Amino acid sequence: MLDAILLTLKLASVTTVILLLLGIPLAWWLSRSGSWWSEVVSTLVALPLVLPPTVLGFYLLILLSPTSAPGQMIESLIGFRLPFTFAGLVVGSVVYSMPFVVQPIRNAFDAMGERPMEVAATLRASPLNAFFNVAIPLASSGILTGTVLGFAHTVGEFGVVLMIGGNIPGETQVLSIAIYDYVETMNWEMAHLLSLMMLVFSFLVILIMNLSEKKLRKRLA
Amino acid sequence: MSLYCRFKGSLGQFELDAEIELPESGVSVLFGPSGCGKTSLLRCLAGLNRLEGQFDINGESWQSDEYFLPVHKRPVGYVFQEASLFPHLSVRANLLFGHKRVKKTQNANGYISFDRLIELLSLGPLLERSVVRLSGGERQRIAIARALLTNPRLLLMDEPLSALDSHNKAEIIRYLERLQRELTIPIVYVTHSHEEVSRLADYVVVMDAGKTVAAGEVNAIFSRLDLPIQHDEIAGSVLNGVVAEADPQWGLVRIEVTGESIWSRDTGLQPGDHVRVRVLARDVSIALNPLVGSSILNCLRAQITEIKDDAAHSIALVQIKISNADGEQYIVARLSRRSISQLDLQVGKKIWAQIKSVAVM
Repeated sequence: MLDAILLTLKLASVTTVILLLLGIPLAWWLSRSGSWWSEVVSTLVALPLVLPPTVLGFYLLILLSPTSAPGQMIESLIGFRLPFTFAGLVVGSVVYSMPFVVQPIRNAFDAMGERPMEVAATLRASPLNAFFNVAIPLASSGILTGTVLGFAHTVGEFGVVLMIGGNIPGETQVLSIAIYDYVETMNWEMAHLLSLMMLVFSFLVILIMNLSEKKLRKRLA
Repeated sequence: MSLYCRFKGSLGQFELDAEIELPESGVSVLFGPSGCGKTSLLRCLAGLNRLEGQFDINGESWQSDEYFLPVHKRPVGYVFQEASLFPHLSVRANLLFGHKRVKKTQNANGYISFDRLIELLSLGPLLERSVVRLSGGERQRIAIARALLTNPRLLLMDEPLSALDSHNKAEIIRYLERLQRELTIPIVYVTHSHEEVSRLADYVVVMDAGKTVAAGEVNAIFSRLDLPIQHDEIAGSVLNGVVAEADPQWGLVRIEVTGESIWSRDTGLQPGDHVRVRVLARDVSIALNPLVGSSILNCLRAQITEIKDDAAHSIALVQIKISNADGEQYIVARLSRRSISQLDLQVGKKIWAQIKSVAVM
């Protein structure tokens, strides 16, 4: 059980860090680019919101499998196979949780408008400098929301994980899968315990997020 | 003339085609109705808008056909219409945002120190506050100081008073006049307010529909009869004068304007003060002889220099000149067309101008 909890936390942390590194620049580009194809990218990012996780997992499995061309390329590039490994889970989780990180951050960048960056430029800040010292702090409530939602959503995922990770204890068996496993084997006691933990965890995460977001907004209002 | 620019191109629906030369010091005002392109032109000077053109300042090129200096490398201070302070920073951190990004070698000419600027704009008590609960006037003062702390070689101001209520407006104008006396750098100021242009401008560029229509000294521009600004109900001339004496018995001061006297309510002026007097065209009437038995205090000897019959507005505009050995200044009078005909007013005729009321700026 402890294995599953630790693995889940590790997966969610790694996924969230990668999502922030990818998601913040992506959200900025989506917010500032006027090109039509940024909307195509935006739609692609949002797809996991509507697709059944199994569909997503299925395609990822095919894409990453050693029998497909991209899968072979990735395998020769990184030296190991992604499906049914922790790294594979991370890839799946990043795709699956992407919209929950990108959307709130993009909204925060949109709400900021052009003015703060113009002011920063007239105050001698280079575009990159202004991005870190003005855009990021001003979007902090959106970034916080994105971080928490990305983390929590990864903790709660099931379908994608099952499809590309399987159920290998200590390697790919995360909490949601473990619960499923306990129910399958009629171990109601453990299923109850883990489910209750998930419930309390989720409640606390969302409560803390709401409270700190309120505080941040107040400060920047 | 040490600031030259021309810009041509479209911004959205809007066509800008402007060419101006501005003096190397003092306040130059871009003046015109809303939507005439004055803000777009100012943004071109800052590099915030990029149109084809050329911009040279003091012999240095900031933009040409092959070259464009990006905004953050231009030594300009820019004050936006809304103060646009950074809400995540304290007042002090806002002030220092640009200051600490400026290379110390750029601190050379016309430099006002941090402490002096804080004193000039009375910002001391605000320094440690958060920017959230400040009045509009306080916010704009901080924005002005923040821009000046980058030691700019050009200060650009985009209607800095338009978002303020009248009380805050009056306060900021006083601060601006104080700064004007200390600053040696040129200021380009955008406004559509007659009051601001009469108080602050040394040089005026009139804009209309994306084009520069006229440019020159304040008195010369506001006494031109061919500009659309004369159709404003509050159009008027701006005269430069010096306070000559006070008359405490009646609470008046006498202001000398190129040899002529204008009496005005004493608002605490001292003899020797240089003032601006604004005379609305609708407050000026013309008589062939000095009037006796009139309540009007101000009656100046003048000569008609131009008459423009404006049938479309059923009025006539008359430009008159007052002059002495020191020079000449012009006033515009708005009369009925019938009066022109009945008094047989013609260019060159010597007349008496009666001024019903004046505003000392």
